[in-house]
Parts: sequence; structure tokens; C-alpha cells
Amino acid sequence: MTTPNPQLDAQGRLKHFLTIDGLSRELLTEILDQANGFLGVAQQAVKKVPLCRGKVVANLFFENSTRTRTTFELAAKRLSADVLNLNISTSATAKGETVLDTLRNLEAMHVDMFVVRHAESGTAHFMAAHAAPHVSIINAGDGRHAHPTQAMLDMLTIRCHKPDFSQLRVAIVGDILHSRVARSQMIALKTLGVPDVRVIAPRTLLPTRVEEAFGVRAYHDLSEGVRDADVVIMLRIQRERMNSALLPSEHEYFQLFGLTEERLSTARPDAIVMHPGPINRGVEMDSQVADGRRSVILEQVTNGIAVRMAVMSMCLGNQHLGTSPSQEEAAHA
Amino acid sequence: MSKTDIWKDATAIEAAIDTMAVRLRERLERRGIAAPLMIGIHTGGVWVADRLHARLGLAEPLGHLDISFYRDDFSRVGMHPQVRPSYLPVGVADRHLILVDDVLQSGRTIRAAHNVLFDYGRPASVTLAVLLERDGRELPIAADVAGFEAGFGADEQIKLSGPEPLLMLRAKRDIHR
Repeated sequence: MTTPNPQLDAQGRLKHFLTIDGLSRELLTEILDQANGFLGVAQQAVKKVPLCRGKVVANLFFENSTRTRTTFELAAKRLSADVLNLNISTSATAKGETVLDTLRNLEAMHVDMFVVRHAESGTAHFMAAHAAPHVSIINAGDGRHAHPTQAMLDMLTIRCHKPDFSQLRVAIVGDILHSRVARSQMIALKTLGVPDVRVIAPRTLLPTRVEEAFGVRAYHDLSEGVRDADVVIMLRIQRERMNSALLPSEHEYFQLFGLTEERLSTARPDAIVMHPGPINRGVEMDSQVADGRRSVILEQVTNGIAVRMAVMSMCLGNQHLGTSPSQEEAAHA
Repeated sequence: MSKTDIWKDATAIEAAIDTMAVRLRERLERRGIAAPLMIGIHTGGVWVADRLHARLGLAEPLGHLDISFYRDDFSRVGMHPQVRPSYLPVGVADRHLILVDDVLQSGRTIRAAHNVLFDYGRPASVTLAVLLERDGRELPIAADVAGFEAGFGADEQIKLSGPEPLLMLRAKRDIHR
């Protein structure tokens, strides 16, 4: 490693979770393994473990998201942490307070972790660079840059169905250009050793040089792109893109890039279909596909809580570790 | 630096598990418990429980418990690296449980295991069976059935290796680290 990764402490342990970029396959696998352990918590009569009791997690959502905020909140609560949900639109930020002043004030209230979503790329990194040493930052989506917990919950969902990543063909369909989800997914899939990653989109919605930058293959035809795919990931089309002339009408988009059972027929018979939600039925995909036997969309939601529990507990657990590796682990007989 | 030797070999351990099974059966009969639910604590406890489960001929599958999320040293050592999902085949509420672990030393694992179990439901009773009950208790917890009872030096660590064959290894730790 040449430059230190801002997400890791001196021992290479997770301190913040900002982006998939620069994390090793071992660390991503560790996150998936831990998340797998947390899946069982939802089966308990008391759906909670005492791991992060006494910790305080603040959800700072400068951009709206019901699902992501809710699953982060549930994840923190299942770890027994206390959760603050700051309603930014009616809070001090709206009155002119800077992000850093918001951070300082909440640090003064002894918040241990911030879950941050912001429309501006780099906000989570910026906060991590300025946060007090005992504080962790989790990126819940920043601009077009990254949405690492979404990518990891997608990896967990894929692993539950297709454990061997070394043989997989994965197709990502939709607005690749503006999607932080696609960016994080591409990096996660390549890091975990998926050999064949494809992106399928109209030319206006693909970043230039996407093939070279991410080691993926680009397609402009849906049926061709999903041929023999094991996994088809649909992205959400944001309505405002229609207005910015990057897309024709919703109807026309669906005609060309909407996923139907017929278009899916070229994929592998056991292919799974994913979507980060919320779905625009009749735009990205047909209801028949969204509710069909290959859809694992609701599993993604369930897995999202487990992945967020894993990332939060790993970061919170590493906060109090000194600079030397602990030798106390063996003493727990 | 540490020195490791075999404290009990496979033959001695299998014989001890035979004795544990006999004592458990006596105990269950004395208490009028017909269908207990057996639960092993990851990882060594599951190996011992597997054998006890077969010897007692229990009908219901063995449960597995991972106590990592309930450890009391999280804020000191962070996440345990190898967490497996707990697996309880049937509900524990109102059931008579046999909790199985390999070594009972500080008692902290059993404390954590109780907390896990109670988050799954309220059992009717819990019986604790361990392969080795040794010195070093830090909490008021005792085994109901033990395969071996022994005292060691504070610098001696006993670890079960397995699953096949089961061996108990003694490591002498350097306490001046």
C-alpha cells in the first residue's frame, strides 16, 4: 500500500466506511462473513444483540432516503446503539450552519458514529478527515461517488445465491453515469473476483471510458447484454434525468431498456434479478419481473440491515483498540 | 513464546464424554425431563455436544450458539473475527435445555450464552455440561456435569482441538509479555 487509506487505522482495520475503492478482497469478505452472522439476529424473539450498547449513532441525511435511513436506524438499534435522526431540512443546516459545525456540535454531544448521505460527492470523506479521532463516519451515499453499504448488501445477496464469484457473469442495467450504486458495485464485483461484469445503458448514460476505468464491458442492447448472465442488477432511473434531455420519455426508455420476462430469456435460467429500490414499475422493469421467481429485491432489503450491522459494529469495535494489536482475545474461555 | 503438549488424548476424551452422557441421563431422569433440547457453543462446545447428542439419542437436531455478539470484551477487543450464525432448530421457550461447552474457566462465555438464549425465549431450565471444569472462575457459574475437573497454573491455557480426533492441548503462555 502506497498512500494510507483514510478508512483504515494503522493496523489496516476498518475505522470509517467511505468507499469500496482501495479495500482488499479479504476485508470485503470479512464484512460479508460478519453480515452473515448478523442475519440470524432477525430470527430471535428479541431481535437485538447488546454489542454496541451505550454507543450513539447519528443519521445525517442531507438528501432524503426513507429505505436507507430506516435500515441504518434498524441496524443500529439491533446492535443496541442509541440513534439520533437529524431532520436536516428543518435543522440548523437549513439555518446556515456548515457541515463541520454540525459535526462539531454532535461530537460535543458524544456521538460515536455518523451515517452521512449528501448530494455532494466527497462529503463523507471530508467529514472523516475532520472528525475527532474516536468518531467513525459511514457513507450512506455521496453524490455520484459511492454508496458502499448498498454495494455490499448486493454482494451478500449475490453470495447467498451464487457463492462462487470466480465464474459469475453480472450485468448492471440503467443510468450508470449518475449512479453511485453502480460505481460501488463495479468496484466490489471486480475486487471480489467476478470475471465478467457488464454495464448496459444508452450511450448518454454511460461514463466515457467506463470499460477501461472499471474493467467492465459496455453494451447498448439489453437482450445482448444479459445473455448468459447469472445476475441482472437494475438501477433506478431518476425522473429528473428525463427533463435534462439525457433520456427520451419513460415509455421509450422502457421500450429499449426495461426488463421484461422476454428480454430476460437470454439470461441463465437460474439468473437472479436485483434492484436497489424504490422501483419504477413499467420504467426499469415490468411488474412480472419485479414480483417474479427470479426477483431477490426484498432479500436485498433484509440483507441491507445485516450488512449495515456488520460495518457499524466493525468500525465501532475498532474505535477503542490501541495502536498495538490486542492480546486479550484468547482470555475469553 | 508458548509450549504446547497434549493434556488429554482422544481415548481419554471419548471415555469422559461416555461418563458425561451417563451422568446427564441420570440427572434428566431424576428431574423428570423427557425431551431436552441440546445446544453447543461454537466451536469446541459443538464438537462435544455432537457426541453427547448421539450418545443420548436425542430426536431433535442439535442447536448451535455463537456468543460473539454478547461478549463483554467488545469495547476492548472489537469484533470477533469468526462469527457463525446461531442456529436453534426449535424455539427455546419453556424447554429444558442442555448447554454444552468445551472448557469452563472464567464463566464469561456461559454468562454471554445465557443472554443469547434468553433473547430467543424463556427456557424452563438450563443444565450446563462441560468437558473440562477448571480453575479461574470470575463469575458465580458452575457446571452441572463435567468430564474432567482440574486446576492449572494461571499461565496454562487448555484448548480443545477437533472435530476429529478430539484432543485437549495445554499451552504454557509467557506471562511476562
